[in-house]
Amino acid sequence: MRIDLRQVTTIAAKEFWDRIRNRWVLVTAIVFAAFALTITYFGAAQQGGVGFMGLEVTIASLVSLVIYLVPLIALILGFDAIVGERERGSLDLLLSMPITRFELLLGKFAGLSAALAFSTLAGFGLVGILLSYQQLDLPGLYHYFGFVLSAILMGMAFLSIAVLTSVVATDRARASGAAIGVWFFFVLVYDLVLLGVLVGTGGAIGGNAFSFLLLLNPADVFRILNVFSSEQARMFYGLATVFPQTLSDPWFLGSIMVFWIAAPLGLAAWRFK
Amino acid sequence: MEKNPIIEIRQVAKRFGEILAVDGVDLSVGKGEIFGLIGHNGAGKSTLFKMMLGLESPTSGEILVDGQRPRGEAFRQVRRTLGYLPENVVFYDNLTGLETLWFFADLKRADRTTCPDLLAKVGLGNAARRLVRGYSKGMRQRLGFAQALLGHPKILFLDEPTNGLDPEGIGEFYRILAELRAHGVTVILTSHILAEIQERVERVAIMKTGKICAMGTLQSLREQMDLPLRFRVSRLDDDADALRRLLQQMGKTSVYDGGRGTLVVECSRMQKMAVLRVLASATREVADIQIEEPTLEDVFLGYGNERAGTGEPIPELSEEWR
Repeated sequence: MRIDLRQVTTIAAKEFWDRIRNRWVLVTAIVFAAFALTITYFGAAQQGGVGFMGLEVTIASLVSLVIYLVPLIALILGFDAIVGERERGSLDLLLSMPITRFELLLGKFAGLSAALAFSTLAGFGLVGILLSYQQLDLPGLYHYFGFVLSAILMGMAFLSIAVLTSVVATDRARASGAAIGVWFFFVLVYDLVLLGVLVGTGGAIGGNAFSFLLLLNPADVFRILNVFSSEQARMFYGLATVFPQTLSDPWFLGSIMVFWIAAPLGLAAWRFK
Repeated sequence: MEKNPIIEIRQVAKRFGEILAVDGVDLSVGKGEIFGLIGHNGAGKSTLFKMMLGLESPTSGEILVDGQRPRGEAFRQVRRTLGYLPENVVFYDNLTGLETLWFFADLKRADRTTCPDLLAKVGLGNAARRLVRGYSKGMRQRLGFAQALLGHPKILFLDEPTNGLDPEGIGEFYRILAELRAHGVTVILTSHILAEIQERVERVAIMKTGKICAMGTLQSLREQMDLPLRFRVSRLDDDADALRRLLQQMGKTSVYDGGRGTLVVECSRMQKMAVLRVLASATREVADIQIEEPTLEDVFLGYGNERAGTGEPIPELSEEWR
């Protein structure tokens, strides 16, 4: 069936403006900016000093913040996209319009992505500007921009999972439960289990298999994307010892992230039929 | 079947797991007709509606709306010409009435500039720029109706349209409906408040547990049912025995005292004129006559009690007279 982009845009615009009007975008941007500023300033405190440290260290600190915060915010943003309409009773009315289910889903996803991207850009952009006064040169800015972009892509991947949750769940309560579960699994549990398996098997899992397993988690893909772009940070994490250089190509990792955005959404579209 | 059907439903059934919500429905609605679908809650009216709109697909059978099956790209074009008011419609609390209409107008490719007029038409002109959060149930229902009217629909599907409206609102609703009918719009509406829609629809179908158990004009349903007519006679004379005897001699009539100086005569439609002649000639005994025709409510209850076509008086109604 043909996709009518005007219908997608109408839905997306509503979702986006809803988030602007209820100040979701503003609040999220402030939260991002506040956390990021705190971390850039106090991030090196455990090394015995405060103040703005080098860019590589700053980004490495921001990565560990973003890896917790962005998936959580994305999941909260998207979990009731469809189930919320269903529970409210407006889904039937929407679907009686000349719009396909896929267009509705795509519009929801696009609008929410725009809201998430906008607040991420605004929040971290502000910090970026402050950083550039301090120390950022052009390559540094480029690097920082890459970090913000990858954060947005990771957010979209989790948003995509959230939209899938909202299609599958029968009510909002279950959807929110599932969304929190997804966060726990990918952000907290997955790496621990992986580490446990690695240690437990005494390294019987080869480096390639391990790297492959890391790609199955969008949060890890984000971490690798940012960590590998910096020699200093790679040492900091000790990841270089397990991760082959061939898999660290940013374009390759970027396309894995795009897959993580497309796949749950595709699954959601299939289930929504 | 209608000569010029715009909606055709053939042997349609819908099963939700164990439950057969719609069970072999045949129905056709003519162009420009106002059609009422009557039934208790859970009779399958809303499910039938959803299938006509392509929101649910039938388990078996065929549906054609304006010549199209309700699915796919071809039906998208048909959808632009449909208006739908869902049962218990809920809108977005964070939008104003006008913004709500704009949103749906965009989706339907209707002209945004018609929105203020539509709001005024349903009596929300003053509330257009207020948030839907502060709307009463009746106002939401009016907004839902305005939404259904977007883009000059050819067919309107109204599920319990007067739900939550006050009597004034119900009056306005039917005034707009009459206007639409004059413009040749086809309207299908559901209700369980029968007395209210019976003067306003051309044909009705009565649904019970997923089946249509009666369909036709109100007149034809009344005739099929052969419900008794009731004459309520105010007497001039305290001694009504002569009149009573006269009426009882006709046979097949039941005559009893209605209290407060009245006499109640129940008879079949066939005897209506004969009874009237007797009453009209009894100038010394009769002061006034009220004739009570069976309402659609009676028809509906008749079917509900499985007494259809037996010609027996309906117990619930007769008791209050005796």
